[in-house]
Amino acid sequence: MSGFQDLLQFVFAGVTSGAIYALIALGFCVVHNTIGIVNFAQVDFVSLGGMFLFTGLYWSGLPMALALPGAVAGVTLVGIVVERLGVRPSRSQNHLVLIFLTIGISIILRGIMKLVWGKNRMAVPPLAGEEPLRIAGAAILPQAVAILIITAIAIGLLVIFFRGTRLGLCMRAVASNQTAASVVGIPVGRVKAASFALAGGLGGLAGVLVTPITTLSYDVGVMLGLKGFAAAILGGFGSFPGAVLGGVMLGLLESLSAGYWSSAYKDVAAFVVLLLVLFVRPKGLLGK
Amino acid sequence: MLELRNVSKWFGGLPALQDVSFCMEPGQVTALIGPNGAGKSTLINCISGVDRAQSGSICLAHHPIGALPAHKIAALGVARTFQNLKLFARLSVLDNVLTGLTVAAKRSFTVSMLRLPALRHLERQLRLRALEALDDFGLAKKAHWPASSLSYGEKKRVEMARAFVSDPRLVLLDEPVAGLNTEETAQIARHIRRQRNAGHTMLLVEHDMELVMDVADQVVVLDSGRCIACGKPEVVRSNPMVLEAYLGRMEATA
Amino acid sequence: MMTARDNLLYFLYLHRTGLTVLALSVLLLVWPLLESNPYNLGLSNLIAIYAIVVLGLNLFIGYAGQISLGHAAFFAIGAYGSAIGTTTLGGPAWPVMIVVALAVSLVALALGLPALKLSGHYLAMATLGFNIVVYSILVQWDKVTGGPSGFSGIPYLSIGSVVFDNEIAFHYLVWTVAMIALLLCLNLVRSGVGRGLAALAEDETAAAALGVDTRRAKVKVFILSAVLASVAGSLFAHCYAFVSPDSFNIFVSVDFVIMVVVGGMGSIWGTLFGTALITLLPEWIEALESYKDIIHGLILVLILLFLPQGLVTGIVDAVRTRIALSRHHA
Repeated sequence: MSGFQDLLQFVFAGVTSGAIYALIALGFCVVHNTIGIVNFAQVDFVSLGGMFLFTGLYWSGLPMALALPGAVAGVTLVGIVVERLGVRPSRSQNHLVLIFLTIGISIILRGIMKLVWGKNRMAVPPLAGEEPLRIAGAAILPQAVAILIITAIAIGLLVIFFRGTRLGLCMRAVASNQTAASVVGIPVGRVKAASFALAGGLGGLAGVLVTPITTLSYDVGVMLGLKGFAAAILGGFGSFPGAVLGGVMLGLLESLSAGYWSSAYKDVAAFVVLLLVLFVRPKGLLGK
Repeated sequence: MLELRNVSKWFGGLPALQDVSFCMEPGQVTALIGPNGAGKSTLINCISGVDRAQSGSICLAHHPIGALPAHKIAALGVARTFQNLKLFARLSVLDNVLTGLTVAAKRSFTVSMLRLPALRHLERQLRLRALEALDDFGLAKKAHWPASSLSYGEKKRVEMARAFVSDPRLVLLDEPVAGLNTEETAQIARHIRRQRNAGHTMLLVEHDMELVMDVADQVVVLDSGRCIACGKPEVVRSNPMVLEAYLGRMEATA
Repeated sequence: MMTARDNLLYFLYLHRTGLTVLALSVLLLVWPLLESNPYNLGLSNLIAIYAIVVLGLNLFIGYAGQISLGHAAFFAIGAYGSAIGTTTLGGPAWPVMIVVALAVSLVALALGLPALKLSGHYLAMATLGFNIVVYSILVQWDKVTGGPSGFSGIPYLSIGSVVFDNEIAFHYLVWTVAMIALLLCLNLVRSGVGRGLAALAEDETAAAALGVDTRRAKVKVFILSAVLASVAGSLFAHCYAFVSPDSFNIFVSVDFVIMVVVGGMGSIWGTLFGTALITLLPEWIEALESYKDIIHGLILVLILLFLPQGLVTGIVDAVRTRIALSRHHA
C-alpha cells in the first residue's frame, strides 16, 4: 500500500471512531447545558445500547430493523429513569456532589448490567455486510459507512430538534438562563427529564453502532464514554459544534498516532494532547 | 488613607463605573450611597480585589493596589463584608471569626502540620482575639455554634466581627443592615459607631439614609456609575443634583 | 472556682484531638495480640495504606473543594517507582521511597499549576486523563513495568536488622505511617492554613478576600495529597512484593473518592471510617458477590442524596446543630 492509501485508511478509521465519540460527547453536552453537571452515567448508556440490541436480536429474535430503534428507545427510557430517581431528588447544588452522584449511578448501572448479562464478552452482528469495501485503495468496513451516515442523520435531526421544535427551543432557553426560563413558564423539570432522555438516546445510538466493531461487555462503554467526555471537553464543554469537532479530532488523533507511532500508546497520545490543549485553552477549542 | 482616581469599569459595553474619584481620611467613615445599580458593590469589589477596575488608580496609603489580587489586598489590611452574607456554614462561629485572622496566622504548611509550641501559642492568642471580637458583637455565648444555625441578624454580626477582628486599616461594609428589622438595625448602628470611636476607617455602602446621616463623616453619591456628589452629609443632603438623581428616582419607583 | 473534676474535664477538652490519637495508637499497638489471623491483619493493613491516600485526597476534595479522579495515578507512581528503583536499579528502599515522593511532588506541581486553573468539569477530565495515561503506560511499557502481568520480586522494607516481612510487622509499619499522616493532617486542619482551606472549599471569593492565596493553596494541597499517595504506594509495593496495573486504574481512583464521600468531605476522622467501610464491605457481602457493585453504587448515591457532605460529616453537623439549639432552648 502506498503512503496515501495508509493515510486515507487512518483518516477514515479516525473519522469513524470520531463520529462515535461525537455522539457520546453530544449526550454529555445536552445534560450539562440544562442541568449543569457532568453525567458520568452517559458512559453506561453506551454499553446499554449494545446490551439492548443484543437482547432484541438474540433473546427476542427481532429483526435488526426493529431491534436497533428498540434498543435506542430502551436507553432513552433508562435515561429518564436515571434523572427521575437519581438526579432530581438531590438536595445539593454543589457540582462536586452532583458529579460524584452520577459516578454512583454509573456504578449501579454497571452492576445491574453485570447481573443481567454477565461478565462475558459477546458479539453483535453489524448492520450491513462484513465484506470490506475498497475506496481509493483503502479497505473500509460497511459498518463504518453505516456509522458515518447514521451519525450524520442523527446530528441533522438534532439540529432540527433544537431549532424547530418547541421542546428543543425550551431546552435552549433553560441552557441559556434557567431562572428566566422558569419565570416565563417553561417547565424546567420536564426539560431536564428530556435532556436525560436525549442523552440516553445519543449514548444508546453510539452503543448500537459501535459494539459490532468492538465487542460487547458490561464495561465496554467506560473507555468509549470517557473518550466521548474527553471529546466534549476538547471541543469546549457544552458547545454542540465543539462536541462534534472534538470527537472527530480525538478520533483522528488516535488513529494517526496508532498508525504512525504505536498502537499501544494511542490512548496515551490522545489524552496527553487533550491535557496540553486544556492547559493552553482552559475552556476547550470552541468554549466560551 | 484610600485614594481613588478616575476609576472606571465596563461590563461588556456597559459602563458600571465612570471616572470615580474620592479620598478617605484615616479614622473617618465614608458612606457610599446611590440608587440600585449605581455601581456601589462593583466599586467595593474593585477596592477589595474581587473585581478589577479597567482604568484609573486605587491607592491605599499611597500604595497602588488596583492591580493586586484579593488576598494581597487583604494582607495590606483591607477587610470587608459581603452584601449577601458569605459565612462558612459548616464552620463554627468562632472558626468563622478566626478566618478573619488568616493573614495573622502562619501560612506555612510544614509549620502547621508540625504544630510546634510556637504555633500553639500563636493559635491560642488568635483564639483569644477572636473570642474578644465575638464578645464585642455580643455573640460570645454562641461561639461554638455552627454558623448555619444562627439567625440572619446574628450572621450579619458574625461577618462584622470577622471583618474587624484583624484590626484592619480599612473596612468595607457592603449593606450591613439590609434585610434587618429596626431593632437589629439599631444594634448594628451602635456597633458601627463604636468601631468608628475606636478609630477604624470604614467605607459603608448603605441604603438606610438614617444610618448614613448618623454615622458618616463624608458621603459619596454614585449614580449610573458616576460620582455626582461628595462631601459632608449635611451638604450632600441639600445638593439639588443628589435630590434629583437619588430621591427623585426613589419617589418615581415608590 | 474550678474543682478538680472541672480541671480534668477542661484538660480532656483542650487535648481531645491528641488524646484520641493516643488512644487509637494504644489500641493499634495491642491489636496484633488480640487479632492473630493473618488474613484479617492483612485487611487492616490495606485499610492503613488506603487511608494514607484518602487522607490526602480528603484535604483536596473536602478542604480545598477541588475534584480529582486520578489519585490512583500518584499511588501507582509511588508503587512502581519503589518497585523499579529497588529491584531493577538496586537502590536502597527508604531513600528510593523519598526520591520517588519528591519526584511525585514535581509531577503534581507540573500537573497542578496548569490543571488547577481549570474548574469543575475540566479539572475532573484532566485528572481522569492523567490517570488513564499513567495506567496505559504501566500496561504497555512492559520492559520496565512488567506489563499487564505485573512486577514481582520487590524486596521487603527493613530498619537495621528488623525486616518487615510478615503481616504483624507490616501492621506496625503501615499503621505507624498512617498515624503520622493522620496527626499531620489533623494539625493542618486545626491551624490557620486549615481554616483558610475550609473557607476555600465553601466560597472561593470570600476566602480570597480574607487573605487566602487560593491558587497557591490549591496547588499546595494537591502536591501534599500526591506525596501522601506516593508514600502509600511505596508501602503497598514493599508489603505485597508484587504490583500490577489493576491496582491503579480509574476505578481505584473512583473508590478513593467513594471513601472520601462515605467518610465525609472535610472530616479527617471520617476518612478512617470511610476507608475501613469501603475496604471491608466486599468481605462482608462476599455471599452477594454479584451485587457488590450495585451496593457500592447505592451507598454512594444514597449518601449524596440525603447527606451531601458525606456520612460522618453529615451526621456530626446535624448532631452539633441539634445540641446547640437544645441548649439554647433549655
